[in-house]
Amino acid sequence: MNLKEMISRLDINADWIGLREYKENTTYHVIRDNNPLANETEIDHGVMVEVLKNGQFGYSGTSDISFNGIRKAADMALESASKASDHSIFPFTKDVRPKSQGSYETPIELPFDSLSAGEINNILMSANDWLKIDDRIMSVTAMAMLVETKINYVCSNGSDINQRMNIVGSDYSATAKNGDIIQTRSDGRSGNQMGLERFNQDLVKEKCEKVSSQVIELIEAEQCPTGTMSLVLAPDQMMLQIHESIGHALEIDRILGDERNYAGWSFVNLEDFGNLKYGSDIMNVTFDPTISNEMASYGFDDGGFKASKEHLIKDGTLLRGLGALESQARSDIPAVANFRSCSWNRAPIDRMANLNLEPGASSFDDIISSVEHGVYMETNRSWSIDDYRNKFQFGSEYGKLIENGKVTKTLRDPNYRAITVPFWNSLTMVGDQSTFEVHGTPNCGKGEPNQVIRVGHASPTCLFNNIQVFGGA
Amino acid sequence: MKEYFFSISEKIMNCISSDEHITLSINGENSEFIRINNAKVRQIGTVSDTEFSIELIKNNRKIGISFTLQRNTEKDLELVMKHLQVLRNNIDSLPEDPHCVIPKDYGSLDEEYKGELLSSKDSISALLPVMQGVDLTGIWASGDVFIGNSNSAGQRNWFSTETFSLDYSLINPLKKMVKETYAGTQWNQSDYETFVNLSKEKLLMLDQKSKKLDPGSYRTYIASAGVSDLVDMFSWGGVSENAIRKGRSSFIKMRDHKQKLSPCFSLKEDFSSGIVPRFNGSGEIADIELPLIINGALKNTLVSTRTANEYKLESNFASEGEYLRSPVMGEGSTSEDDVLSQLGTGVYLSNLHYLNWSDQLGGRVTGMTRYACFWVEGGQIISPIEDMRFDDTIYNFFGENLESVTDKARLNPSVGTYGGRDLGGVHCPGVILSSFQLTL
Repeated sequence: MNLKEMISRLDINADWIGLREYKENTTYHVIRDNNPLANETEIDHGVMVEVLKNGQFGYSGTSDISFNGIRKAADMALESASKASDHSIFPFTKDVRPKSQGSYETPIELPFDSLSAGEINNILMSANDWLKIDDRIMSVTAMAMLVETKINYVCSNGSDINQRMNIVGSDYSATAKNGDIIQTRSDGRSGNQMGLERFNQDLVKEKCEKVSSQVIELIEAEQCPTGTMSLVLAPDQMMLQIHESIGHALEIDRILGDERNYAGWSFVNLEDFGNLKYGSDIMNVTFDPTISNEMASYGFDDGGFKASKEHLIKDGTLLRGLGALESQARSDIPAVANFRSCSWNRAPIDRMANLNLEPGASSFDDIISSVEHGVYMETNRSWSIDDYRNKFQFGSEYGKLIENGKVTKTLRDPNYRAITVPFWNSLTMVGDQSTFEVHGTPNCGKGEPNQVIRVGHASPTCLFNNIQVFGGA
Repeated sequence: MKEYFFSISEKIMNCISSDEHITLSINGENSEFIRINNAKVRQIGTVSDTEFSIELIKNNRKIGISFTLQRNTEKDLELVMKHLQVLRNNIDSLPEDPHCVIPKDYGSLDEEYKGELLSSKDSISALLPVMQGVDLTGIWASGDVFIGNSNSAGQRNWFSTETFSLDYSLINPLKKMVKETYAGTQWNQSDYETFVNLSKEKLLMLDQKSKKLDPGSYRTYIASAGVSDLVDMFSWGGVSENAIRKGRSSFIKMRDHKQKLSPCFSLKEDFSSGIVPRFNGSGEIADIELPLIINGALKNTLVSTRTANEYKLESNFASEGEYLRSPVMGEGSTSEDDVLSQLGTGVYLSNLHYLNWSDQLGGRVTGMTRYACFWVEGGQIISPIEDMRFDDTIYNFFGENLESVTDKARLNPSVGTYGGRDLGGVHCPGVILSSFQLTL
């Protein structure tokens, strides 16, 4: 029985009801030190039933996808909504679940069945060989992640949305030792919406050769210096910087206090939208679930709101937050389509999707040549920020010293710390399209009950001035 | 669910061929969740979830699959057989794993803990009234959690429990907060109301302007909840034998250079409380106790059977990820009543937030102070402090700068719900440090 037929047969005394069937297959293949570590598949399949009654939503997630299972879940969701409706934080209406119909599908070149499990293992085994180029390399790992998500969402208002996302992630890492110095270099454990074209052997080999040569550089490198200096961040470090110090700070449910017992609040207040000078004039940040191949692209969010690209920060000024229709109703801040859940067993909340820093006008050489004394950092390895998203400290795997406009020595254990708004106001140069890269991470945690979700972040290389930089213990 | 799982297991085990080894697992929950903001309901609902896993080993090749059960015997059995066939179709194409762990029968465990939970029809009327008049934000979770596994060697394990938790923050108009968790297995309305009212009294201590500290080193007391976050870091590139061997552990200094923590610091795995299953994901049963660090010296690490096979060691049946499952930190001799006087002048930290290794090999951890944190002078609390970042090494704060440990280890329950409701927690006391590095 399909969901449309089920919802038409449900006889329930609610103001609105929605069914979201979620089926996700995730497969991991991992080869470590030329031995298979994992060949595992997870299939997550169930239905989230949401009911609106007297201004309060209630939900019930069930893995019993028979009609009787759905009917029982609908009754439980109604019971939850009914008993809580006198104690609601906000009296919602059906307007926060608009009628929408449509579909979305990831564009891919090579479908997931174009390589067998054995063939992927063979590629990862070769990757181990390409990584282990030196006896000082202690351990190497190659990982492939394949995710296929299907979401069907139907509502009593006639909404009917079908979405299908294919996500591929990979990582290639090497740990090397030179005396007491041990360093790990990786490819950043990133992912994109795409097909198995990601495992083209030439591409994999190129990534492994970069990782293996740089880990040898790192065990022979000096410690990152300590001081206040210029900081150049590569796109795979900017990904984390955008995520932690822009994305989470702008989530409207967080600003409204929903998250205060877990991830925290935000230094941003509702009155800051339209007013706060978040960063320098060259800072432009967009919410964009429509970019092809970025990790969190989709056509509609989990409340049925159609996705579109929106500027959150324009010319350094904060314009808009990351809040969907429920948050718009509570805050009057214009919505974006970011009402997302990690699965059928969690209710949607305000999340990041693709959150990007738009390219500027400077080439990589322009940026480096403008720096008298500074450090260039690639690939995040350490992250921590306070519960208001102010004081952060981040570290990278790989650093380079910049002296008198030139990249010179390799540096190990590079870290930096700063406070969000002064940091973004110290943004001095933004790289052009030639420095722009699209990354994504599958590990963004938030919400109670907890949810881990995939997000995309694209960015050019960026220069920040007068930042506290330092090395290891 | 126990009978349901073992009934399916038996049918599968009966169709395994002689060159196949198999481990079956189940875990799931039936939970009510109420998300609360400002003492009102933000989201409310229920989740019934059951995940079934099959791990197949044949000719030193291993492949696994997990999937959601519908809790319908006929359909689920069909699903299990279908997925088993997929594994059989793929396993021969995979490379051999020389460290492959063949399932054995180490004996079976069967533990079922019944609770007295609040009825879901009463949850709103029981929970909300005492919250009124204060800005309370948090999450209520209640229901049963179950975990089981069986293998083709004949082992059968089961653990189920019924628990509740209200994990919450109280917030005052100055945006200062107190964090509490009321958790257990036997609901007691009067005890609950007393608990919440006591935390309201704690919030009053934060009704003063916060002091801004300069970066630097400070005498510091870290209460049990904060210490539990620091101990948790040992599960992430710390006490794992594999992480030490692969060059990704903060304990390498202890192993290779015989560096020691303070004689005041001891840590063990201790399953005697019975709040988590003693068997791991493969069904292997750990000893009741495993000393890890005794009086500052590394005695044991967590060794999974795969790591044991790889490095020719003896397994202590750690989980595959070699993380702490039931950690207990040793108590000291300082009475909690004497903490302020012994601290004298310094910083009192009730909770920490968002910890991460800033230099894992060096053992350096960064994170933030959070919730009820105070400036103390002459043994008296003077004022709350503004949030500060710390960045310091385990060899300092659990090493040479660990001055004393309090005489009461408290359970900090795990209330995480990624994937499903966590069980267990960290038993630990508070610590007084002669110096702690605050950096921003």
